[in-house]
Amino acid sequence: MSIIIFSILFCVGFYFFSKNILQVRTNILLGKDIDRIDNASERWKTMALVALGQKKMFTRPIPALLHLCLYAAFVITQIELIEIFTDGFTNSHRFFHSFLGGFYTFMISFIEILSVLALVGTVAFLSRRNLLKLPRLNMKELSGWPKKDANLILIMEIVLVTFIFTMNGADEAILKDQGGSYRFVLSSFISPLIFEGMNLHTLHIFEQIGWWGHLVMVFTFLNYLPYSKHLHILLAFPNTYYSNLDKKGKFTNLSSVTEEVKKMMDPTIDPFAATENEGEIPPRFGAKDVTDLTWKNLLDAYTCTECGRCTSSCPANQTGKLLSPRKIIMDTRDRLVELGEGIRKNGKEYTDGKSLLGDYITEEEIWACTSCNACVQECPVNIDPLSIIVDLRRYLVMEESKMPTELTGMLTNIENNGAPWQFSPADRGNWINE
Amino acid sequence: MSTAFKVSTIAEMMANGESPDILFWVGCSGSFDDRAKKITKAVAKILHHCNVKFAVLGAEESCTGDPAKRAGNEFTFQMQAMMNIQVLDAYAVKKIVTACPHCFNTLKNEYPELGGNYEVIHHTQLIQDLINQGKLGLEGSQTYKGKKITFHDPCYLGRANDVYEAPRVLIEKLDAELIEMKRCKTTGLCCGAGGAQMFKEAEKGNKEINVERTEDALETNASIIATGCPFCNTMMTDGVKNFNKEQDIQVLDIAELIANAADL
Repeated sequence: MSIIIFSILFCVGFYFFSKNILQVRTNILLGKDIDRIDNASERWKTMALVALGQKKMFTRPIPALLHLCLYAAFVITQIELIEIFTDGFTNSHRFFHSFLGGFYTFMISFIEILSVLALVGTVAFLSRRNLLKLPRLNMKELSGWPKKDANLILIMEIVLVTFIFTMNGADEAILKDQGGSYRFVLSSFISPLIFEGMNLHTLHIFEQIGWWGHLVMVFTFLNYLPYSKHLHILLAFPNTYYSNLDKKGKFTNLSSVTEEVKKMMDPTIDPFAATENEGEIPPRFGAKDVTDLTWKNLLDAYTCTECGRCTSSCPANQTGKLLSPRKIIMDTRDRLVELGEGIRKNGKEYTDGKSLLGDYITEEEIWACTSCNACVQECPVNIDPLSIIVDLRRYLVMEESKMPTELTGMLTNIENNGAPWQFSPADRGNWINE
Repeated sequence: MSTAFKVSTIAEMMANGESPDILFWVGCSGSFDDRAKKITKAVAKILHHCNVKFAVLGAEESCTGDPAKRAGNEFTFQMQAMMNIQVLDAYAVKKIVTACPHCFNTLKNEYPELGGNYEVIHHTQLIQDLINQGKLGLEGSQTYKGKKITFHDPCYLGRANDVYEAPRVLIEKLDAELIEMKRCKTTGLCCGAGGAQMFKEAEKGNKEINVERTEDALETNASIIATGCPFCNTMMTDGVKNFNKEQDIQVLDIAELIANAADL
């Protein structure tokens, strides 16, 4: 009977998870293409250092250590999960115990220690958000769902750890009743404090609550991920793999513009001649909506876990301007989810009259950026808010000619006299003789 | 005060059947801004002193297009870039030095895709090379000995291109005491001028970015704020004025520090 219930849970859990992940993938692929498959060895290295090794987290040591506790516990606990799955399918009990022996005790003990560290980390994270009210974790773009989302994940973590110890503690008590012990480093110590004096039947119930509870939490968590900022635990890996490997100062070249400029500068081309792609709608310059961005921008958006390191290092944000790089990324994701949902229901040609620029991000925000790359530098999973900001500016300037008036003057000066100020090019060498 | 030596344009040099080893890309700020012209002269003095065969483009130089690109106008940027590439290629330029990190970044990273391939270095890197080659000696210079100097990292030199060491090595060569700001190198705070902000009013906020950055510099108690960018220089100078500290604190480019120390 329990094999059947387990199998149903297993299949349903993974079915919905796969379905949602594929939906995320479909949404990401609404973005424009960008070549990020060159230089595989450098990419693997970046992923190993930044995602697996958490290299960039350690610029802020306290949250980095707390995060490491959760991260290590999460990764190592998967070993126990493999056993839970095996037990579930074979209706066995602690399948690995009989043939791993002493190593099994070591492994589970290790998981227990990490779980306690994770618990400490979780409580610390909850306090940082809700009691200490760290500025970067309490900004206005987090009010409502993002704040609930963050707390919910942390609470789920506490529940999960509680189930692990309920299971291990009850198991220890059951074995003790038979005169033995698993010798798990923490639960062999905690078990007598909680389960002492309970009869074998009650202990078995607790053990089953722990086991099934753990399992249900895992599937709940798995299916919650695609709706949560917590998706970073999976997407951090592809996102760092597909990182920008160029210098941060290099902005992308718009090849559609290059074609136009070459024609303008080539006196042999007949300006009135028909072109090959007559009648074709030329691509939009820059980005107005999420579909104008690249798939990497959209992957960035789903990868963001809203930690706010970008925003707390942004010069514009620190001086009270409206711009928050984190909000740019969150807006991109929220708009993508909205548009993706519409397209899923109504087909590829669906439009809702809304756009990322205007309905989500205002012009004031994007004009406050100094393009200093602090946000790009800070992101622990190599998200690039700056490239989105630049693409939004490109749309405004090249498609709508909308920009702060001083910039119109600056651009006119460059076009007329080759300098952002009104000076004659003939005077360029004046410094030599002044 | 004009330079005491002749600075040739590349056209003049070619007319004499010669070609420069390196082109000095002066930039718009270095050509037209009165404060930045002093930095330009300091660089020229150092190059001349070290017998570097260099030339400038003079009237043939034009904006790299950086502010247009950062402002989102790819058309203006690419027009500028392609015209500049035509000029540079016509003179068969191979190597370029510039005292502006914005020109540096654009020429180095964004021109290659449009067909302009040059070896581009920042003036702090070139000066470091010259010292390493023994062409420029600062031994025994008392000018900045023991002075407290802090270095403000220009974003387009530091984070954008990972050049953090060259300017710092040069400050140490002055026998000065380099004091880092709490935010420096990868975590350095912008002066507020990048991304075409130099040419517009800041958006509504509660503080100017250059004031925030100047506070970092003041905390170090340094008597000199060194930088390697004409825009940062303007922003930091304004920031110092904002605190009425212009009598106590100088804002100088690394090139000026070196030229002064070498008594050029």
